[in-house]
Amino acid sequence: MSITCRRTSLPFVVLLSLFFGFATAGEIRVACYSDGNECEVTQDLAKRFEAQNPDVKVAVDKVPYKAILEQLPVQLAAGEGPDIARVTDLGGLSKYYLDITPYIKDPKYWEANFGQTLPWMRSSPSDKGIYGMMTQLTVTGPYVNKTLFEQANVPLPGAQATWDQWVDASRKVAKATQVPFAVAFDRSGHRFAGPAISMGSKYFDTKGDLVVDDGYKAMAKKLYDWNRDGTMPKEVWGGVGGATYRDAFEEFANGRVVMYLSGSWQIRRMDTQIGKNFDWIAVPNPCGPAACTGIPGGAAFVALKRTKNPKDVGRFLDYLASEPVYAEYMGRTENIPAHAGVAKKGVDYKVSPQAKAALTTFVGEVPKLSPVAYQIQGYKLNRAIFNPTAARLGQAIVGEMSLDDALKRISADIDEQVKAAGK
Amino acid sequence: MASLAGMLTARRGRGAFDWTDWFSYGYLALGLLLMFGPVVWLVLSSFKSAAALNEFPPQLLPYGQKTVVVTGHEIPLPLYRVTLPDGTTRELAEVRRIGIQATLVDPKAPEQEYKVNIRDRKPVREFQLALNNYIEIFGKFSFGTFLWNSVFITVVATLITLLFNAMAAFALSKYRFGGRNAVFLLIISTLMIPPTIILVPNFLVVSELGLLNSLWGVIWPAVATPTGVFLLRQYMLTIPDELIEAARMDNASEWRIFWRIILPLSAPALAVLAIFSVMWRWNDFLWPLIVLSRTEKFTLQLALNAFQGELTTQWHYLLAMTVITLLPVTLVFAFLQRHITTGIAAAGVK
Amino acid sequence: MNALDPPMRALQRVLGVPRIAWMFVGPNLAILGLFTFLPIVINFYFAFTGGVQLYPSERPFTGTENLSTLFDCGSYLDPATCRKDLFWRSIYNTGEFALLQVALMVALALVTALVLNRKILGRGFFRGVFFYPVLLSPVVVALIWKWVLQREGVLNAVLASAGSSPVGWLSDANWAFFWCVFVSIWAHMGFYTLILLAGLQAIPADLYEAAEMDGTSPWRRFSRITLPLLMPNLIVVLVLGLIRAVQIFDEVFVLTGGGPGSATTFIVQFIYQTGFAESIHQYGLAAAASLVLALSLLVLTLVQLRITRKNLDSPAGRGDG
Repeated sequence: MSITCRRTSLPFVVLLSLFFGFATAGEIRVACYSDGNECEVTQDLAKRFEAQNPDVKVAVDKVPYKAILEQLPVQLAAGEGPDIARVTDLGGLSKYYLDITPYIKDPKYWEANFGQTLPWMRSSPSDKGIYGMMTQLTVTGPYVNKTLFEQANVPLPGAQATWDQWVDASRKVAKATQVPFAVAFDRSGHRFAGPAISMGSKYFDTKGDLVVDDGYKAMAKKLYDWNRDGTMPKEVWGGVGGATYRDAFEEFANGRVVMYLSGSWQIRRMDTQIGKNFDWIAVPNPCGPAACTGIPGGAAFVALKRTKNPKDVGRFLDYLASEPVYAEYMGRTENIPAHAGVAKKGVDYKVSPQAKAALTTFVGEVPKLSPVAYQIQGYKLNRAIFNPTAARLGQAIVGEMSLDDALKRISADIDEQVKAAGK
Repeated sequence: MASLAGMLTARRGRGAFDWTDWFSYGYLALGLLLMFGPVVWLVLSSFKSAAALNEFPPQLLPYGQKTVVVTGHEIPLPLYRVTLPDGTTRELAEVRRIGIQATLVDPKAPEQEYKVNIRDRKPVREFQLALNNYIEIFGKFSFGTFLWNSVFITVVATLITLLFNAMAAFALSKYRFGGRNAVFLLIISTLMIPPTIILVPNFLVVSELGLLNSLWGVIWPAVATPTGVFLLRQYMLTIPDELIEAARMDNASEWRIFWRIILPLSAPALAVLAIFSVMWRWNDFLWPLIVLSRTEKFTLQLALNAFQGELTTQWHYLLAMTVITLLPVTLVFAFLQRHITTGIAAAGVK
Repeated sequence: MNALDPPMRALQRVLGVPRIAWMFVGPNLAILGLFTFLPIVINFYFAFTGGVQLYPSERPFTGTENLSTLFDCGSYLDPATCRKDLFWRSIYNTGEFALLQVALMVALALVTALVLNRKILGRGFFRGVFFYPVLLSPVVVALIWKWVLQREGVLNAVLASAGSSPVGWLSDANWAFFWCVFVSIWAHMGFYTLILLAGLQAIPADLYEAAEMDGTSPWRRFSRITLPLLMPNLIVVLVLGLIRAVQIFDEVFVLTGGGPGSATTFIVQFIYQTGFAESIHQYGLAAAASLVLALSLLVLTLVQLRITRKNLDSPAGRGDG
């Protein structure tokens, strides 16, 4: 390890340059996670943006979703982190958002086209800021293995059919075709919310606080019963712990489940992985006494306060939000637009007929969504009820506690989280 | 009884191949299956297509459906073994499927169409490696940068670990100074702290030091390993003090004694620590995830995990990326296996 | 590094020989101080504060509120009566896991070491076989087994070919617990086997020969020679194993996510989830829980201290200088 200057000088320079990363003026960093090809397309669009705006450099960092969910909040709390991030906890992080109203060309354009989803990123109803742009709108809804229905010779329930009718029909199909399970739901409090609202849950009491009401309890009871009597595969809701997300895609793709409640984001996977094995279709959300609704959702690119280049952040988001660019983004990522103008014109999806049909079904679900669904999705602390829904009902399903206890625990968990957030 | 003696006292029973030998070899065979079986299964699975991964029961080897080119059709058609209504089975190519009815043709005589229920046809398979899982992963990112970052962290952190730990071990094994035992206990006691629980305050420290998004932010917190100090100290205790005394007689400085005598003599223990350190740093995930958030600073582990989305687990990518991260460790193991195991046995616990 | 010699020599002249030791131990201590002890102190302070802010100075002091939240129980024996039921469930799970895992692992490691100590064919190779999983990262270990154990996995396929119906290995509470124990043994046993093997090889052969000539029974030889002489290594294995078992997190988190229900939720996972994974990051509560963990580990340390004291004061440890 004897040091002679000449020999070591070159590696030393390399070391030095590694040590002090060079921050370019006008550089913006975008933290992006991907469910499909979102980050790749963003990168493409960023390159085009750079060509038009040579003074700005956009770097897209593709990170694991875990980093967005768990590490990003810590980084932001420490005053670190990127300039723009693709996030899903839209309300929870709102205190770190930058209002880009001064930096965009036409706030009215944003209001007109993103008016429905802009409140999701706001901290309170009185807040009128513009904080970011939904990269897509997702809608929850069920998929059905049509081939199994045909094999069993059971007709598909009609458009206004209830959850009970669908479950009955699926049970018949499962029995006739010797498929082990009739129905599966993704393990997620968000997915659960659609049917719960259909059963009459309002999610909020008259004072506007989160509440476990009768509609919620009715759906919880159904989910519990379906898991206990073997209608649903127990390993989805009972298989993992805590609020861990687990989808039931594999069960559906293997033909082990007749009906599968998930959402529009699964279309691409359905298309590529099921292929010609069987016919899968998306169907409208079944009804309950109160509604026939799913719940909207999605991720957004949000501007973050800590940025040193707010102007460029505004410009880049403005660029992404412009109609042709947004339309292209939707077309290439096969997502449902959150942009009213683009939605109206329709997106030119280059996908298989099956996927196209499913996309059409989901797009058709958007106007039918219950106002409650928008309210809970736009609520800042919605995870305070979504997370315990998955965690506690999971515990009840595996028999660790009774359903009543689970519901009590959900209420207690909500109180604790809301209280902790208020401190 | 002699055989049981052999077993329990670690001496082989003399004479014939007795039951303890049977037990030993049976145990080792079972061990071989249990230790390597799951890994081999993972590697085999990583060469399967996403569709094949969803199959149950799974095939041992990666199989894909066989296709044939049929005149009159542009793309190759999938081949099925079909049971016809008259009870005969034939290999036919599927032209289309609507609902539960499939239309198939004989590849050699494509004129006649057969319509059968889809339950009466089974895909014909052939061996196919789904290299796409790997190609797509490599196509999606700049592999070189991530590999360089990983190697840089691993190598630099290991070198510093070796130096710092050896210095500390030297002081703790060859000097008598006030507070020595306290220092040793302090260092060892950090074994008790799972890194997970000090993640947040540690992040604050690193952030205040301005080490975020720097590879040094991963390296510095990792280099003072208690295991390393313990291991090296235990080994250095066995180095005779006379050597040091003799060097002092020759007017060698303490640093020179450390560098010229102690370090070379501790080579076996240093080798073991080096291997452990390489392995730890290469496998690190949670800490780099929180320190490094810029693509150009990503390690291989981080970049590969970027395939994990919110809503989807893509097993075909996940398996391929697991194999990629497994590979270097396995190679190191394959080549240095003997050194590692004998080294630990020698340096481990005296 | 010869270049370092002159300044070191000068330093040595200033400090004198025994105190130069601080120079050697300094860098290591500084790093530990900065990246381990300082965070521990911050964490300690966290435990007595509330709110969602990250910087200690911005966090309101709440005294023992976090601790009393954790200990708010109807009966400590029944987690269902506790306000933080998951905390108590995770504590009981961790205790059960640690005892089971360590007992089984040490027994298996001992058997493996005994087998490997025999003059068998390919001894070096088999030693490597058992050690291989030690090199894998916890995430990889968990993914490997998740892939084997999932409902559509190879284990169920093997069972199916034997005519049995598939088992939800990770969705049945008892099975999931079993597999957590199994997988963690799978991943760590090799290391402990080598430590025991080193001990076995250090036992002089003539001891056995003398005992054999006296006609001592094999069991007696095992219990009177092998076990006592292996004891130091066994104790190290037990203590290290126990500490690691209490800290179990990554493997299980990826394998089962703590489920089904909370059957495999262990204490570090509870801390991680409270501080990181919930929508509201409750650093204070997480830190308070880690305080409890630290205290219980301290008890383990004291036990270890008592046992290793002899080791510390062994003659070889008295370096002169």
